Amino acid sequence: MTALLEAQSVSMVVGGATLVDSIDLQIRAGEMVAIVGPNGAGKSTLLRMLSGDLRPTRGEVRLKQRDIRLYPPRQLAFHRAMLSQHVNVTFPFTVEEIVHMGAGDAGRATAQPLVEAALGEVGLAHFSQRQLPTLSGGEQQRAHFARVLVQLACGEAQHGPGLLLLDEPTSSLDMRHQIDLVETAKRRALNGTAVIAVLHDLNLAMRFADRIVLLHRGRLAVDGGRNEAITAETIRRIFEVDVTIDYTDQGVPFLLPQTMRPAASP
Amino acid sequence: MTALTGAGTRRRAGYAFRPSASLAIVCLLAALAGTALIALTVGAAGIPLARLPAALGLWPDAAPSPTLARDQLVVWSIRIPRIAAAAMIGALLAASGAIMQGLFRNPLADPALVGVSSGGALAAAAAIVFTDSQMGQSLRFMQHQLLPIAAFAGSLATTIILYSIASRSGRTSIAIFLLAGIAIAAIANAGIGLLVFIADDRQLRDITFWMLGSLSGATWPKAATLAPVLGCAAIACVWIGRGLDVLVLGEAEAFHSGVDVERLKRISIVLVSAMTGVAVSVCGVVGFVGIVVPHLLRLVIGPAHRLLLPASMLFGAVLMTGADTLARTIVAPAEMPIGILTAAIGAPFFLGMLLRQRGLVSL
Repeated sequence: MTALLEAQSVSMVVGGATLVDSIDLQIRAGEMVAIVGPNGAGKSTLLRMLSGDLRPTRGEVRLKQRDIRLYPPRQLAFHRAMLSQHVNVTFPFTVEEIVHMGAGDAGRATAQPLVEAALGEVGLAHFSQRQLPTLSGGEQQRAHFARVLVQLACGEAQHGPGLLLLDEPTSSLDMRHQIDLVETAKRRALNGTAVIAVLHDLNLAMRFADRIVLLHRGRLAVDGGRNEAITAETIRRIFEVDVTIDYTDQGVPFLLPQTMRPAASP
Repeated sequence: MTALTGAGTRRRAGYAFRPSASLAIVCLLAALAGTALIALTVGAAGIPLARLPAALGLWPDAAPSPTLARDQLVVWSIRIPRIAAAAMIGALLAASGAIMQGLFRNPLADPALVGVSSGGALAAAAAIVFTDSQMGQSLRFMQHQLLPIAAFAGSLATTIILYSIASRSGRTSIAIFLLAGIAIAAIANAGIGLLVFIADDRQLRDITFWMLGSLSGATWPKAATLAPVLGCAAIACVWIGRGLDVLVLGEAEAFHSGVDVERLKRISIVLVSAMTGVAVSVCGVVGFVGIVVPHLLRLVIGPAHRLLLPASMLFGAVLMTGADTLARTIVAPAEMPIGILTAAIGAPFFLGMLLRQRGLVSL
């Protein structure tokens, strides 16, 4: 099966500093990939290049076999939806109005059921008439996630499986909503969407992702299934933390940090 | 006032209750018609309501009389062009404020406050002074167009400078934006001061008269300059409304949602400059209309630009027509410059907004 999104040795150099260094990445429809790595590893920069927002200094990103730079913004929005890390809204739009923005030019009759479904999915149906700036950070994040889900649904209805990009979507959420959000993204993947999420919580990544891409200092350190990507040795080398890896009854691995101090250099 | 207080209470509770779009537009149209009617009847030469239909020519069998002739002259040559100019200037200023606030994602943006009007005024004053020069003589045939074109160019240059200073990689700093606006306004005002210094007596009279921000010179040709810009702006507003809504999410998110952000920014900047420039060229710098009107409307009808922009045009027209009527009656038979009146109402309003947002906006 051909890749839905393909990054061919993409690099990003800003003012002499190499933020992302020739990374190759492929993702198929129906796959969920987690991008993990320490702070400053280039995760968000890579994601912004994959979304078409940033142009790579070198290399090329291809979405559905076509150079992503050739898509006009409106066309691109049909094929990929992205949730940024921080979205700050200054004007008193209601939650429903914000979620409606995901539907683009679609008529109200088409959009309204999608908006209601997305609001229900993120647990904000009862807040639809609240003004967004009056909600907590986590609730705002969920509203924006609902908006992105509506955009994805509108695009997929017309153009088939799309790409969903999430940049640290769980950063301001409580534990329950972190799991809810990642589960929702996983459901999309099971329905054929290609999902790429930058995650900090390695346990969440191991629990839900089909593949884990580990970045270190702008380079791709590991790309593989959870058991091969995450080992105690890799974590020690890249995150400088000692961990033990244990398994749940279902055989899902999880990490237990052993020390908060940096591990001694080997 | 009750409606506004009510909206405020609901805002605190965090829930939005908004009238339908058609109701809002109908109310504003009714208010505009009412204000225009009052503006037609009051003034140095009072025309009672009973004599108005005949003066307007709606009553063809009215017996000709000296009073009727005088009424017709006052209504058609003085009042109507002035009311039309006031309404169109109000519409242009209020909508350009709303567009600028959407563009900068900042409810405190206003073309007059951040020097865009001053930039236009500087270019217009330069046009007045240099029309007498050799090069100016060759442009004299387009005397009526020169002032609006110069003011547009000045406003455009100022907006572009302001945007490039205040925006860094898609983010706009509110503090840098307002401070840069103050600096640009200061530079433009210094330039105007210099022009006043080198102007001869006739030019000085022209500049001063125009800078006072009065509509007393409003004539049919001036109203005709405003109309095409307002027409184009009204069409463009419908077109950019959704884009400005989504831009509220930030430039990156707007791009992800399918908005051609660069094109939207270019269109908005040209629109704001044209609307401000042409308004400034007719009546000088009139501040605060662009900040007060969209803010009050957002409390009642919400922030969605597809409704906010046309509603701002209507409410701006109501406010400016009302303010101009007040300006020409409050110290009759003299006239108060309208800029003084809008500043006297608008500046305390702006301070109130700042105080309310003190906790919310981190400068």
